[in-house]
Amino acid sequence: MTDSRGQSVTFVTSSDYISVIQQLYAEGFTMCVDLTAVDYLLQPSRTVPSDVTAQRFEVVVNLLSISKHERMRVRLQVAEGGSVPSLFDIHPSTEAMEREVFDMFGISFDGHPDLTRILMPEDWDGYPLRKDYSQGRIPVQFKGAAS
Amino acid sequence: MTSTAITSAGAATSEGGQELRSRADISQKELMREAGAVLRMSESAAAALADVATDVGEDQSMIINMGPQHPSTHGVLRLMLELQGERVLRCKPVIGYLHTGMEKTGESLTYMQGGTNVTRMDYLSPLNNELVFSMATEKLLGIDGDIPERALWMRMLLSELNRMSSHLLFMATNGMDLGAVSMMLYGWREREEVLRFFQKVTGLRMNHNFIRPGGLAADLPAGWRDDVLHILDMLPDRLAEYEVLMTGQPIWRERLQGVGVITQSEAIALAATGPILRSTGVAWDLRKDMPYLKYRDVEFDVVVGAHGDAYDRYAIRLQEIRESMKIVRQVLDKMPMGDYRIQNKKVTPPPRGRIDESMEALIHHFKIFTEGFKVPEGEVYVAIESPRGEIGCYIASDGSAVPYRMHVRAPSFVNVQCLPHMMRGGLVADAVAVISSIDPVLGEVDR
Repeated sequence: MTDSRGQSVTFVTSSDYISVIQQLYAEGFTMCVDLTAVDYLLQPSRTVPSDVTAQRFEVVVNLLSISKHERMRVRLQVAEGGSVPSLFDIHPSTEAMEREVFDMFGISFDGHPDLTRILMPEDWDGYPLRKDYSQGRIPVQFKGAAS
Repeated sequence: MTSTAITSAGAATSEGGQELRSRADISQKELMREAGAVLRMSESAAAALADVATDVGEDQSMIINMGPQHPSTHGVLRLMLELQGERVLRCKPVIGYLHTGMEKTGESLTYMQGGTNVTRMDYLSPLNNELVFSMATEKLLGIDGDIPERALWMRMLLSELNRMSSHLLFMATNGMDLGAVSMMLYGWREREEVLRFFQKVTGLRMNHNFIRPGGLAADLPAGWRDDVLHILDMLPDRLAEYEVLMTGQPIWRERLQGVGVITQSEAIALAATGPILRSTGVAWDLRKDMPYLKYRDVEFDVVVGAHGDAYDRYAIRLQEIRESMKIVRQVLDKMPMGDYRIQNKKVTPPPRGRIDESMEALIHHFKIFTEGFKVPEGEVYVAIESPRGEIGCYIASDGSAVPYRMHVRAPSFVNVQCLPHMMRGGLVADAVAVISSIDPVLGEVDR
């Protein structure tokens, strides 16, 4: 467990991701308030603990313990084209959040019941929040319009 | 990801796999999983639930669209409802019609400009959005402990008045959705009084960009105390009027009590926050449980419900207006004199008067507004209690003047997930009451 500006952060690998979340659930972190991702394409040499290999993507899970009044952030490194096990069975609240991450970053979640785009149209090309998807330079896509 | 052809909806508006699939296209297991996962039970246990219909013939149910253009969906929320007669068997919200890429836009705006972007997300509580963004930036800068006292109290004053205006609008829209049209006019009327105060303080009725990293944009104008007192003196009578008009009315109770019920464990599993979580009896309010600003120094109660239905959520919001008024009154008594923003040359532009007489001040002013200030590398998640629940801001900085990644945990986005659960087994006529009781703001859902 590390510290970021006074907040508790745990780095996990994809193999112990589910077990860490399950263990935290047993410790009282029963609410998964937020799940998002960051594309570190332009910042490959960012600061991570020495035993963690930085990858392009990072899935960030914010957990809340109502009983202990504590927060815990879990950061998981994901390589390009990699996939992450879904938290849906532990935290059903991640249903829409994982869909949003899939929609915006193209990270797929294994075991998600309904992994479709959520904010963008279903036939959209590309993943908007990736750093190599620059705003303004990619033409707006209109469905059914004569091109 | 599987894309399934939709036969019911027209091809031109089809969202493909995002839509509710017809019963013939999904397995029994998937059907049960939807209910079972939230209730934390296996598919077989979910199948035993009396309110999950399993023996519906193909010709007995139909899928209809409610929205995206529907006056009672509070914006462009589209619900696909599977109906059997008047009963809602399944429901799926389809969102994204108002998606404007605000998180992507946030990556090209400096921390100084970022407020203009986040304030437009939840457009009914813009000051809370600015507050959470500013607090996250301050935490990254490491100046979150140095914000002047007056700035903290001013932020609290604005945040609570914003909670009142947002809940007053809920009273209006909730009334309108259920047929109490006079309530709609009353709610908007009272909200306008609060917005008039905001206009006097910030210059704008909405989208203020007034709370900024380091403090606020300006001090309170002369006579602000009288304006706040005017609101505080006017509201109690008006709220009592609402009670007469709605709370005790048999029709109002019939429409809301026992409608859209959610239990405590379901609300926690779905990460519902704000009045939805509190309506189930969990006294969870970040102002009380993880205090920020000066909430430790004021007296107020956390309002909780017992039944988790739409009536509780209505009653909680009505009572929260009174609690906010209580806080505002204490803020009036305790508001200290002093700076309204941090005197740190790094983040605060020099005062207007200095620019005319000092070249350095002019350069400094220019630099802060064009290049912005650099924020050290790191990442933080800061959450506060917005009128709709926990609004969080996650910022990852790479050491430059713009956020590397700016994510807002929008309470409405998460709360909308409760809809399929609250609606299952209910009447289609109650769907409007349930949507209204969640009080979603689509600007925030889609961002």
